[in-house]
Amino acid sequence: MPILTLTLFLPLVGALVLLFLPKEDAERIRKVTFGFSLATFLASLGILSRFEFGRPGIQLVEQAAWIPAVGIQYKVGVDGLSLVLAILTTLLTALSVLYSFRENHRVKEYNLLFLLLATGMLGVFFALDFFLFYVFWELTLVPMYFLIGIWGGPRREYAAIKFFLYTLVGSLAMLLGILLLYFHLPPGQRTFDVLEIIRQRPLAGTGLLAQLAFWGFFLSFAIKVPMWPFHTWLPDAHVEAPTAGSVILAAILLKLGTYGFVRFSLPLFPEVFQQHAPLVATLAVIGVIYGALVAMAQTDLKKLVAYSSVNHMGYVMLAVAAAAWAHGRPQLQQAAATALNGATMEMLAHGIITGALFLVVGVIYDDRTHTRGVDDFGGLWAVLPKYGAVSITAMFASLGLPGLMGFVAEFLIFVGSFSIFPVFTALAALGIVITAAFFLWTIQRIFLGPTNPRWAELPDLDRREMWTLVPLVVLMIIFGVYPKPLLDVINLASLDVVAMLR
Amino acid sequence: MNWADLRWLAPEMVVAAAGVLLLLVDLFLPREGKRWGGWLALAALAAAAAAAGVLLRDLGALGTQGVRIFADTYTVDVFSLYFKFVALAATGLVVLVGLDYFPARTPHVGEAFTLLLFAGLGLMLMASASDLILLLLSIEFVSLSSYLLAGFLKGDPKSNEAGVKYFLYGAATTGVMAYGFSVLYGLAGSTSLYDVGARLARSDAAAYLAVGMALAGFGFKVSMVPFHQWTPDVYEGAPTPVTAFFSVGPKAAGFAALARTLAVAVPPETVNWPMVLAVLSAVTMTVGNLLALLQRNLKRMLAYSSIAHAGYLLIGLAAWRSPWAQQGLLYYLLAYLFTNLGAFFVAMVAADATGSDEIPDHAGLSHRLPWVAAAMVVFMLSLTGIPPTAGFFGKFYLFAAAVDVGLLWLAALAVANSVVSLYYYVGVLRALYLMPAPSTAPASTPAGLRTGLVVTLVGTLAAGVYPQPVVVFVETARRMLGV
Repeated sequence: MPILTLTLFLPLVGALVLLFLPKEDAERIRKVTFGFSLATFLASLGILSRFEFGRPGIQLVEQAAWIPAVGIQYKVGVDGLSLVLAILTTLLTALSVLYSFRENHRVKEYNLLFLLLATGMLGVFFALDFFLFYVFWELTLVPMYFLIGIWGGPRREYAAIKFFLYTLVGSLAMLLGILLLYFHLPPGQRTFDVLEIIRQRPLAGTGLLAQLAFWGFFLSFAIKVPMWPFHTWLPDAHVEAPTAGSVILAAILLKLGTYGFVRFSLPLFPEVFQQHAPLVATLAVIGVIYGALVAMAQTDLKKLVAYSSVNHMGYVMLAVAAAAWAHGRPQLQQAAATALNGATMEMLAHGIITGALFLVVGVIYDDRTHTRGVDDFGGLWAVLPKYGAVSITAMFASLGLPGLMGFVAEFLIFVGSFSIFPVFTALAALGIVITAAFFLWTIQRIFLGPTNPRWAELPDLDRREMWTLVPLVVLMIIFGVYPKPLLDVINLASLDVVAMLR
Repeated sequence: MNWADLRWLAPEMVVAAAGVLLLLVDLFLPREGKRWGGWLALAALAAAAAAAGVLLRDLGALGTQGVRIFADTYTVDVFSLYFKFVALAATGLVVLVGLDYFPARTPHVGEAFTLLLFAGLGLMLMASASDLILLLLSIEFVSLSSYLLAGFLKGDPKSNEAGVKYFLYGAATTGVMAYGFSVLYGLAGSTSLYDVGARLARSDAAAYLAVGMALAGFGFKVSMVPFHQWTPDVYEGAPTPVTAFFSVGPKAAGFAALARTLAVAVPPETVNWPMVLAVLSAVTMTVGNLLALLQRNLKRMLAYSSIAHAGYLLIGLAAWRSPWAQQGLLYYLLAYLFTNLGAFFVAMVAADATGSDEIPDHAGLSHRLPWVAAAMVVFMLSLTGIPPTAGFFGKFYLFAAAVDVGLLWLAALAVANSVVSLYYYVGVLRALYLMPAPSTAPASTPAGLRTGLVVTLVGTLAAGVYPQPVVVFVETARRMLGV
């Protein structure tokens, strides 16, 4: 059975099923959606049972002719990198759908968009044909536009169109890059097959054209990550999006950008990327420090979490830039692999931790207090012990406390990057200090101190909320204490990428 | 003249006969039975499409790309048959939605369908004409039918204005084109495109002048800047099904005739038309997009959008030496046919439900017309060029063509324009979905319009998700006779 194709299109099938359910029957719509998202999650775990651990390269390839006249095929496959990100996607989709059971506005459309989004995101991670990849890449934009625009906060319309316009600029620039690659393959062998194009590297040595194509891809991924200074859509989108939308945006959609850098930019343009690695590292470090400082200045908890994403994604990009710098320098290969392991680990850690943080904000804001000002609370832990424990664990994980997942990721990034970019890495370490400061300060203001009497009667987490949050907290702890099985899978993919950089 | 050659005219003859017959039949139809004329027209169009299908098979059986008949004045090749299918589909879909539209607004229902049939006939003639005189006549034939259709709602001052404006503009540009053709004749000594192509040897001012003046007439038909000014007023004022027809039918046939004229009769060594059209493409898409940003009226917005799309389509001519450009042009016109007709059909439903063509007045329509609004999402995304729609694959084709021939600046400009266009296309979706609804009473859609919407929606999605059959067709169709 083609397990990847099954996983990929299960959500789409679910969306088609929803089309034919009456929109008044909200309860059934929610259950069907959750059923499909859970089935997708289980299917993605099913991939693990077929996956050959310890084998490098892309596995489980499924392909079929699609538009053979112009060299376009349906081709999907996974390696350690895409597999773990795909499982993260299905997990967070299922949890987001579960969290959204309380959404009562236009339930049918809401759930339908989530399922569409899931297929789009999985497609990006699975696709091994540039045309297919582009289709899925764009497919993620439309549902998110509507999710922000219809169910978002007060400035939803502005945030939604800004998100759409920014990312479309990037996508189209990448499309031109893809076409440049395609037309520089020898006539007769032209294909959009990713692996074939990476093998041939048609633009190697073309100078200006390679530069243009590199920057086309760069723009697309950098906007998605987002790197400073392309990040300005992020605070708007993350803050205005409904809680589950923010979760998906932060946990998965940002990873599409970093995934793109590792999967495409590094192997396709090693020379050009190396040439610009110091610039990319500079932008990454600015993102780290700027994100942390701006997060510290926020009084809106959701904005604070949003800016902390700019900070965390900066670490990932620092590691990617370090790996790019190692091209053609055998003595740096080991460090580059470590940095990439850290980068992938951070993608997962940030997905789990920030996903949890947005849920934490949503739990308190959506149907308890309708406020999320950091200064509006105080002593909340005494009132809400379960909620307090979950939130504080997630914040500790985000600031990089040893024993939690975020620490493992950041440790690897810093170890790997330091032997390649010592100065940048040292500067980025400042970000860790600031992050620790603002999260501790936030914990202090919200959960400790005298209890704000306004919130003395709040109910603690209910059973459904526990089901959405506890799995994420458990994962933070498990992979924080024992990351080895995860790292083994990731490491092989990183070694592959490093080998292509040789 | 060889009488046996008449068989190659079968689709045209069916439509012409049906048009004349309809004029007579309409006299005897009772007032409430006028829509039967529309059914007759649809049957004729289907028969013509079947005849075109037979011709396509015959060409395949003969093992030839096409035949020239009537002393080389008329060419039936796969290229022209492709455009005949497009013309028949456009006319058929517009007649279909007209079944409910015209009887509700005018007593002269039969004449409307007759004129649509004649306009469709003209489009088919344009696609095949390979002689300057026949080309001019067929363009005029389309134009005359169009002037009458634009001003068809005699009680509506805007419709009258549309008819007159269209006529004045059309008459002037046709005159300029005729003059250009006469210069071309003077240079080559023949009106046959094939002879002109063989004899036009020198690159001189007269050749540039002739091609430039000819471009005025084609540019008018396809809404190319600077011959676009009529578009918004005519689109806004003409009856909406007629506007829908103008936006796809004459545009497709205009591009077919322009492509044939340039590719067959004007070697790029004599007149560097790819370069000229690259510049015009850049100007057209940019002007269309920037002006579309300012529009609040849906029909005017779609008018400027159709100017912008003429700009994208011109990439297909500017990058002509790439096979991707030739295929892309053909594919794009089919994609645009489904998408834009669909968008205008939604505009008709929305106008019925709200009594207005203003986009802000369509606020919250997704509550009242969920399926129609969902269809509009697909059409607007297709016009923007977002997968998996036909519009995306069309743009992909044309952008690829520009990259293929090294027109990177044009590709980059087209990309920038696509981003700009997202803003106003999504503006429509914003009204439908994001803005609060003043009323939530369900609205209805007449059966003909509903069928038209289903066909265009399925066409837009199917050609986008699985373009392979169309790609195979355009791969054959791009090789026109005599190139």
